[in-house]
Amino acid sequence: MQSGNTKFIWELLNTVPDPEIPVISVVELGVIREVKFEDNSYTISITPTYSGCPAVKTFMDDIKSCLLENSIENFELKIVYAPAWTTEWMTDETKEKLRKYGIAPPSNIVICPQCNSKNTTLISEFGATACKSLFKCVDCLEPFEFFKCI
Amino acid sequence: MSSLFTYTLRIADSSLILGQRMSEWCSKSPTLEEDIAMSNISLDMFGQANGFYQYAAQLDGLKSADELAFRRNEREFFNHQLVEQENGNFGNSIVRNFLHDTFNFLFYTQLANSKDETLSALAIKSLKEVKYHLRHSSNWLVRLGDGTEESNAKTQVALNELWMYTDEIFEMDALDTELFNEGIAVDNSALKSDWDTMVNNTLEKAKLTRPEDEYMATGGKKGLHTEYLGFILSEMQYLQRAYPNAKW
Repeated sequence: MQSGNTKFIWELLNTVPDPEIPVISVVELGVIREVKFEDNSYTISITPTYSGCPAVKTFMDDIKSCLLENSIENFELKIVYAPAWTTEWMTDETKEKLRKYGIAPPSNIVICPQCNSKNTTLISEFGATACKSLFKCVDCLEPFEFFKCI
Repeated sequence: MSSLFTYTLRIADSSLILGQRMSEWCSKSPTLEEDIAMSNISLDMFGQANGFYQYAAQLDGLKSADELAFRRNEREFFNHQLVEQENGNFGNSIVRNFLHDTFNFLFYTQLANSKDETLSALAIKSLKEVKYHLRHSSNWLVRLGDGTEESNAKTQVALNELWMYTDEIFEMDALDTELFNEGIAVDNSALKSDWDTMVNNTLEKAKLTRPEDEYMATGGKKGLHTEYLGFILSEMQYLQRAYPNAKW
């Protein structure tokens, strides 16, 4: 185990869901920046989404339990601030998962996740979590959440 | 105490106290969307404060971030007096936040270039959030100022009352100058002309009159505060004072 199995750690982390949006994992969210193996220990670098996002504490605890359940005990979680988290790190596949879940994924054009209409209007820049704002579809009239571009 | 520690603490204190003020709107805002907005902004401010306190704690090596936030007295807080002012009516809070958000936007834009890597990273992170805050308070200022006769009058009164706290945010003391010369700190006084332009533009859209500079308050950086800070701290710090080291 001199080199460690960082690939296995990434796979485990990919099973830890975002506590607010359980259809995507913390890896897909883009908050896991690096997994390093040095001096017989893993260092996992994590960057917060929003400075005050309460989900950060929750998913750090979830990551710890996930690793411990898989008998990984030699690890340390480290918070890093640079580069600052951006929704640009999200893959198309992740965005599609958000859309299917009913959240309009980050994009320059806000498309209704229900009827795909581009005819949408902002209700409030702030939503139920720091990362989302509230929109309404002008065509199907459904309100929905939009994952802010940041 | 190193200069860098004190400098970091000042930034953290202004974020924490404004965050605490904003949190007082939780469950009391004019509409549900606004309640969510005010609480969200409050959380951002706490998060930003936490980042700077963590760094200060690391520099100091004596007190934790929680101790810095919850175990210091009024005279040991270095926040701008502007952020401790009462929430008042919704217009008072919007004016206070607008004046401070405009400053924060310009301040973090400059701090992003700091030679200190941690301050720079925290500034870049905070700036992303402050852009939302500034848009929120600016939009509301225009809505209230250019709203009804009553909303315009109340907002103008708020602006007149808060104006005296807008001078000290641009002050440079010896510590600021020392760190600015080292490429770490921001030259606050250099932000004034951009702040004037941004504030004047929004005030014009909001049909509000910029007050004259008369008596201008000062003292936040020296730990001198208005009567409100003591009340804020006594509520905010109560739990950690009554039950030291209590954890969730």
